[in-house]
Amino acid sequence: MDLFEYQGKQVLARFGVPVSAGEAVGTVDDAVAAADRLGYPVVVKAQVQVGGRGKAGGIKLANSTDEARQHASNILGMDIKGHVVRCLWIEKASDISEEYYASFTLDRAAKKHLGMVSAKGGVDIEQVAEEDPAAIARVHIDPLVGIEDYHARQLVFGAKLNPAARSGAISILKQLYKAFVELDADLVEINPLILTPDGRVHALDAKVSLDDNAGYRHPEFEDLRSTASADPREQMARERGLNYIGLDGEVGIIGNGAGLVMSTLDVVNQAGGKAANFLDVGGGAGAKTIANALEVITADPNVRSVLINIFGGITRCDLVAQGIIDGFAAIDVKVPVVVRLDGTSAEEGRAILAANPKDGLVPAATMLEAANRAVELAKSGAEA
Amino acid sequence: MAIIIDENTRVVVQGLTGREGRFHALRNRDYGTKVVAGVTPGKGGSDVEGIPVFDTMVEAVNETGANASIIFVPARFTADAVYEAADSGVGVIVCITEGVPAHDEARFVNYVRTRYPDTVLIGPNCPGLISPGKCNIGIMPGEITLAGGPVGLVSRSGTLTYQAVHELTQRGIGQTTCVGIGGDPVPGTGFIDCLSRFEADPATLACVMIGEIGGSDEETAAAFIASEMTKPVVAYVAGVTAPPGKKMGHAGAIVSGSKGTAAAKIEALEKAGCGVGRNPTEIGEIMAEVLKGV
Repeated sequence: MDLFEYQGKQVLARFGVPVSAGEAVGTVDDAVAAADRLGYPVVVKAQVQVGGRGKAGGIKLANSTDEARQHASNILGMDIKGHVVRCLWIEKASDISEEYYASFTLDRAAKKHLGMVSAKGGVDIEQVAEEDPAAIARVHIDPLVGIEDYHARQLVFGAKLNPAARSGAISILKQLYKAFVELDADLVEINPLILTPDGRVHALDAKVSLDDNAGYRHPEFEDLRSTASADPREQMARERGLNYIGLDGEVGIIGNGAGLVMSTLDVVNQAGGKAANFLDVGGGAGAKTIANALEVITADPNVRSVLINIFGGITRCDLVAQGIIDGFAAIDVKVPVVVRLDGTSAEEGRAILAANPKDGLVPAATMLEAANRAVELAKSGAEA
Repeated sequence: MAIIIDENTRVVVQGLTGREGRFHALRNRDYGTKVVAGVTPGKGGSDVEGIPVFDTMVEAVNETGANASIIFVPARFTADAVYEAADSGVGVIVCITEGVPAHDEARFVNYVRTRYPDTVLIGPNCPGLISPGKCNIGIMPGEITLAGGPVGLVSRSGTLTYQAVHELTQRGIGQTTCVGIGGDPVPGTGFIDCLSRFEADPATLACVMIGEIGGSDEETAAAFIASEMTKPVVAYVAGVTAPPGKKMGHAGAIVSGSKGTAAAKIEALEKAGCGVGRNPTEIGEIMAEVLKGV
């Protein structure tokens, strides 16, 4: 789960990372009131989970109430790369001498935590990594040991930060690492980390991505999620505990396992169609999950056909088949549903479908056949 | 021959008395796997269809001579189960559980690798592995495999593994061992661990490797294939049309040195000399051609 900047700053502040005073608001009037309270100059920042906000005009400096009102009304509702701005973060403006980059994440290849610091912050760090890799200091940290002071020193000296920033940066790195581990984050990133003219080091942005798998030991994740933006289809799926990503095609997809679902999207594409979504019912899905998945998919008005592609391992095809039958009984399924079942209890599953014939329920023997059929039906449905 | 598990593997099931553990352990036993014990704290002394249940792993290993474990416990108890398995001395730990927090995973994977370098940890979030005709540890449906080799298969995906095995079996191509390493950020065993074992296994003549978008494991494996593998490798990468993730921040991309796209992975694998299928069915077609030449 990705947090908005303001949420990221609020959680990092709890670990002692210095951030600017600010307020999150959803209306122009609230934005002006917040700016008046904070005192000018303030920065009006669009809260969207996409890079390049500044270039798109989503970050503006306001020196007065009038300017705050003008910027807030321009930015609220703005579309930044497909993300509509519904929330603003109003923050006291900072004087900046230098801009740095700092992050902790997991290095999959090394199987260690990776800390990175660069003196070239405030810009696209991927570009820095490509053009001047030596400008990024990197340190691996053994997850069994955690951060020691020398790791932080190695990052700060390695990145050749201004000597005035050293001690502030070292203490922020240690706080940032603590947040990374204790929050069960996949990523904590500050870009830019700034040095002010009076020698303070300070986080001017925050990107925090939390590990949903650790949600059971972090009740606070739910509060953070409630304010995160969501596609209404994704919202509906999440309420039903489904792993769903909305897309813009016409073939609804239900499968088990991320790899098989991704492969199914690819095969639908090769068959000349386009997937309406990614929906992974996960391992061990029962009848209820399948019926829920069918409900979510068929609620999407763009869907012209549905492809259910199940290769049972921990998932039992008999339960899947029962879920499909239950789904047909509970909701009015208006589009054809192509079903391919293989693996654990596949024969029982196919027998259940055969014993309960429904209009629009189309069995298929193989994955490719199912994809071709679903694409064909989506096209003929669209013409009808 | 096979890799990692064979007819001498004796399995203890952590979480045998749970719904999933019981269902799959019994299926593994029906397949012919020597399932010798189960562990559920507080249920020691009972049994599940004749499989004795112990309270602790140490006891189960001492009493039954188990040398491998399979973990079916819920995600919040998984780290504990892996540490217990490693310290009990089993040489193979297969962790099926999905949804394990990444930080837990990073800790226990490092623990096993540094304290017990000879212990093979497969998973978490994996379907397990099978040496057809000899031993099946996990949730893979054994009936879709074909014993006798000559293909070794390694996959990052669960169900896509079954699809690929199914494609081989449909064409009469058998397997030595099929390993589902799992799709989590820090798998205990990676592509290269498996490919090097297949390279050393005389019964394996060719390999199938199945990857997916994200990370750079496929690119790293491609470099290994180009420099170290004499046996042909047929590959498949899922996610060509997957939308760019809603990932924010850039640290992931910097670490991997690539965008983690399917296109980049396919290019790397093709450059390394692998035949790369465009869909799972082509894995079988390409492998049938490859085997004519070995």
